[in-house]
Amino acid sequence: MLQNFIDAYSPDNLRYLFGGLGITILVSVVSIIGSFIIGSILGIIRYVKIKYFSAIVGVIIDVIRNLPLILILFFTYFGLPNLGVKPEIIPAAILAMTIFESTMLAEIVRSGIQAVDSGQMEGARANGLTYWQGLWHIVLPQAMVKMIPAIVSQFISLVKDTSLATIILLPEMLYRSQIIYGQNTNYIIPMFVAIALMYFVVCYCLSVLARYLEKRQA
Amino acid sequence: MIHIFQNYWGTLLYGLGQTLLCSILALVFSLILGTLFALLEESPNKFSRGIARVYIEIFRNIPLLVITMFFYVVFPLYVIKMNGFTAGTIGLTLYTSAFIAETVRAGIQSVDSGQMEGARANGLSFWQAMRHIILPQAFRYVIPPLGNQFVNLVKNSSTLAFVGGFDLMYQGNVIASSSLETIAAYSAVGVLYLVITLPISYYMRYLEKRLA
Repeated sequence: MLQNFIDAYSPDNLRYLFGGLGITILVSVVSIIGSFIIGSILGIIRYVKIKYFSAIVGVIIDVIRNLPLILILFFTYFGLPNLGVKPEIIPAAILAMTIFESTMLAEIVRSGIQAVDSGQMEGARANGLTYWQGLWHIVLPQAMVKMIPAIVSQFISLVKDTSLATIILLPEMLYRSQIIYGQNTNYIIPMFVAIALMYFVVCYCLSVLARYLEKRQA
Repeated sequence: MIHIFQNYWGTLLYGLGQTLLCSILALVFSLILGTLFALLEESPNKFSRGIARVYIEIFRNIPLLVITMFFYVVFPLYVIKMNGFTAGTIGLTLYTSAFIAETVRAGIQSVDSGQMEGARANGLSFWQAMRHIILPQAFRYVIPPLGNQFVNLVKNSSTLAFVGGFDLMYQGNVIASSSLETIAAYSAVGVLYLVITLPISYYMRYLEKRLA
């Protein structure tokens, strides 16, 4: 058994797995940045209630939020070619993750803004700020502080969800471990231990960060 | 998309049934497990608190797919043979139970601490007080987040497609490859998912507003 572990963690295999970790992190970081920007914009649009527009955005957010991520991955990777666009695997994965996570973040942002006491906006308006100035300088900074723990835990799910992109053959950790243990069944357990550990370390660090931010805010 | 429903309604319904069955089974078991670990975490015993902490952290920080694949690939090799549906449901149960444990724990903590003190002062043991005084009050706060967990469960049950669980997502792939109408097939599957998840999440939002 021990020998299996030693053989499985050969330098070549480890390099291959860590390459997968690199792709996981690449896809996660790009999607985190993208979905943070798009999600915040969508959340604000939903909060400010622009006639018709906000309602339509709201419906789109709710539809995407309530679909499985795997389905969205399929749409971007297998569906888009039917419309004449053929994305590569990594951009397709990033696109799907960004679309899905933006809608999740939009909900967090919206409820975060709603949680700010309405007196803040009234006070800002009474002091001569316009609605948008009040939103930008007074309400949003307070809302952001409240939202940060929820946002970080959403990012933890995002990192974990990158594993679903193995279904469109994104060469990340899980996919690469399958290739390694596909060659030798003795490597199955070592491979599972390795990827579980790698995911755990990345996500646990993020959850510690989330908890720290939560404590500091309280 | 309509003709996908017309031509494949049997396949789609079967998938929908499997998805619902798996989600409900996983919900029931993860509710039991999650409550158990939430109680362990709130218990006065340091050792049981440690066990609960480790369990929750492990299953919260490892992707669902890795857990499911573990039961699908490793278990048959060394322990017991199981089909994709079973492996998927077990994975889903363990994964969700960690989140439910956190939800229930937050519910328990939101109950005023005077309730526990009052119960103890009236001669109830810690566990009696939990069972009869704290948990019934905690569950009222926990219902909206639990409903959202169920929505997540239904969405996450699509990982069954990876292990041949014959769920909705799996059937969607089958239909997409046999009809060659990728977008229509996946749209049909999407509509069926929304039929389950949208009403629940709207109802939970309504409940949240009413409780707040």
